[in-house]
Amino acid sequence: MKPVVLKGGRIVDPSRGLDEVGTVVVVDGRIAEAGASALNQGTPDGAEIVDCTGLTIMPGLVDTSVHIGEPGAEHRETIASASAAAAAGGVTTLTMMPDTDPVIDDVALVEFVRRTARDTAIVNVIPTGAITKGLLGEEMTEIGLLSQAGAAFFTEGRRTISSSLVMRRALTYARDFGAVIAHRTQDRDLASQGVMNEGLFASWLGLPGIPREAELIPLERDLLLARLTRGAYHAAKISAAMSADAIRRAKADGANVTAGVSINNLALNENDIGEYRTFFRLAPPLRAEDDRLAMIEALRAGTIDIVTSGHDPQDVDTKRLPFAEAASGAIGLETLLAVALRLHHNGDVGLMRLIEALSTSPAKRFGLDAGTLKPGASADIAIVDLDAPWVVSEADIVSLSKNTSFEGARLQGRVMRTLVAGRTVFAQQ
Amino acid sequence: MTSPATFPPYPHRHLLGIKGLSPLDIENLLDRAEAAVAISRGADKKRATLRGRTQINLFFEASTRTQASFELAGKRLGADVMNMSVASSSVKKGETLIDTAMTLNAMRPDILIIRHGSAGAAALLAQKVGCSVVNAGDGAHEHPTQALLDALTIRRAKGRIAGLTVAICGDVLHSRVARSNIVLLNALGARVKVAAPSTLLPSGIGQMGVETFSRLEDAVADADVVMMLRLQRERMAGAFVPSVREYFRFHGLDAAKLSRAKPEALVMHPGPMNRGVEIASAIADGPQSVIQEQVEMGVAVRMAVMEALLEGAPS
Repeated sequence: MKPVVLKGGRIVDPSRGLDEVGTVVVVDGRIAEAGASALNQGTPDGAEIVDCTGLTIMPGLVDTSVHIGEPGAEHRETIASASAAAAAGGVTTLTMMPDTDPVIDDVALVEFVRRTARDTAIVNVIPTGAITKGLLGEEMTEIGLLSQAGAAFFTEGRRTISSSLVMRRALTYARDFGAVIAHRTQDRDLASQGVMNEGLFASWLGLPGIPREAELIPLERDLLLARLTRGAYHAAKISAAMSADAIRRAKADGANVTAGVSINNLALNENDIGEYRTFFRLAPPLRAEDDRLAMIEALRAGTIDIVTSGHDPQDVDTKRLPFAEAASGAIGLETLLAVALRLHHNGDVGLMRLIEALSTSPAKRFGLDAGTLKPGASADIAIVDLDAPWVVSEADIVSLSKNTSFEGARLQGRVMRTLVAGRTVFAQQ
Repeated sequence: MTSPATFPPYPHRHLLGIKGLSPLDIENLLDRAEAAVAISRGADKKRATLRGRTQINLFFEASTRTQASFELAGKRLGADVMNMSVASSSVKKGETLIDTAMTLNAMRPDILIIRHGSAGAAALLAQKVGCSVVNAGDGAHEHPTQALLDALTIRRAKGRIAGLTVAICGDVLHSRVARSNIVLLNALGARVKVAAPSTLLPSGIGQMGVETFSRLEDAVADADVVMMLRLQRERMAGAFVPSVREYFRFHGLDAAKLSRAKPEALVMHPGPMNRGVEIASAIADGPQSVIQEQVEMGVAVRMAVMEALLEGAPS
């Protein structure tokens, strides 16, 4: 493979706290040098030179909450189509939720995903494993064997384990393998038939609400168990201000705890649902504006470590329905970065912190070879025009499903080129 | 029934809810309905206003009275009326609401009346079809013709809506009738009081333009109108209230509780009633009850709504 020289760009690498204009040299798919003094050794012979003047070079994004329909619902998204959408969004590594059909709770399924990814995907697609067999919340999966086979971490996807005992044992057992338990919490009984945030807006729409406490009650339980077991716990998608407070307390107590938030809960609130727009039926639900602001503050302060797209492709068969009957979820791989950059452009969150939460932190938390431009690292890179304006249009969506919450949104910040292991997998036309 | 010049033109294509209507829109519909009452009371009940027009009643939830009321309203105006009931439709075979609607739309109806168990179903349908849509009840969202017929009943009895005190009592949480009435009564300047066990009040009720009471007596006190809501059978035993007898004891309207209202207060119920649950039989059949009058006004209001919606539509 020809060496690649990315020249004259602004390099932002949170793994080294680096923010300077310079050059990135890629040799054999790995980063040889990255920084202002990268060309001290001279340009490698026969290198492809990419002029990055005015552009920002960052480690490719690492998206740790991506639902894919393969196996089981390939009409919504395949591993190949998700990887193409990821490449268009500057995402170079994604971890795939195990709530497929069949569920990824067995070594053979982990191997299936890895093999399919190797053969069809253009970015790194890494399987995760279910915490319990069949996602039933009862019997633990083979966490050791699944880890060895390549499962990045363990999660129940959309589901919440209701048994405290099962959660305690999973946290305890996973610790022996250094595996992280990532959990999205929602108390099934309390959430009941709820389809959106509980409050005045839901009441006028006549839709049953989900109180914030439905997220917090199992989360507090998990945080107590994380303290008890010293297991590694990741609150996968929090949405409420009170949940961020709980995470902050657990971290202050020294628990091995991290937290994630979906970009939707940073960018949107319940009012976006308007007249029953099902593309805004999400899980966790869009909350009030106060909660959204609390999510931003928690991200800035480091209480929230990771930002994900929550990519959840749904087709007309599951979305073109009355609100309460529609499936939850929205796609997000292609808009993740540009929507996150809103927080940078309006001064809410610094660029370095933002890229850290989109790339470096998730890679570090889940032990992935990604999220850095350090010499020796895999050359997974996003080259971005931070200021370029664009409008999200269904016609341009790469993902097989078109259920974006940002149709028609004016965004600022465009991925110009994406490299995975030094190879260009996406270039803006 | 009336020449179009009699009333101001009606500016909306659909009737999906009371929310979004101006007080003038509401008065316009009530005035038209007032005129329609005379038609139903005459010997010749047939008019040609909607002759040649096709009306489809698409009812995903069983409802004898509302469906009959819409059917009669359409027929009295001369429309061709077709009833689609869920039991015999392909919805049971997995077809979605939208696919059903598109199929019916291809038959070129002029007006679709829809009742559905999901909030927002009528609005969703209105986006997809080429004709007027009337919401005949969507989940716990709205039931606009019910609120209009309630308003007409009150206006005919009291001469006005503004300044009256109306108590809405019972399962507000699950009630589309309550939501539509709260919006309409506020728009026309009534004072609205609400009473229910707190488990049957929606979140944020304090910001919905009503005064809230946990004791029925307190809401009924000095009311000009007492509207009772139906308590669904599946909510009676344990989930929201402990038992029927406890519900009736504290939230059922009986003579003692009604005595707190103004002496000439109206008693209303959207039907069907659970006698001995939310209302005592003696009250339902008593001199203050206008429950039968409400049913009559229902036909008039639905005639008015369909006439208003189709008036401006091309033939």
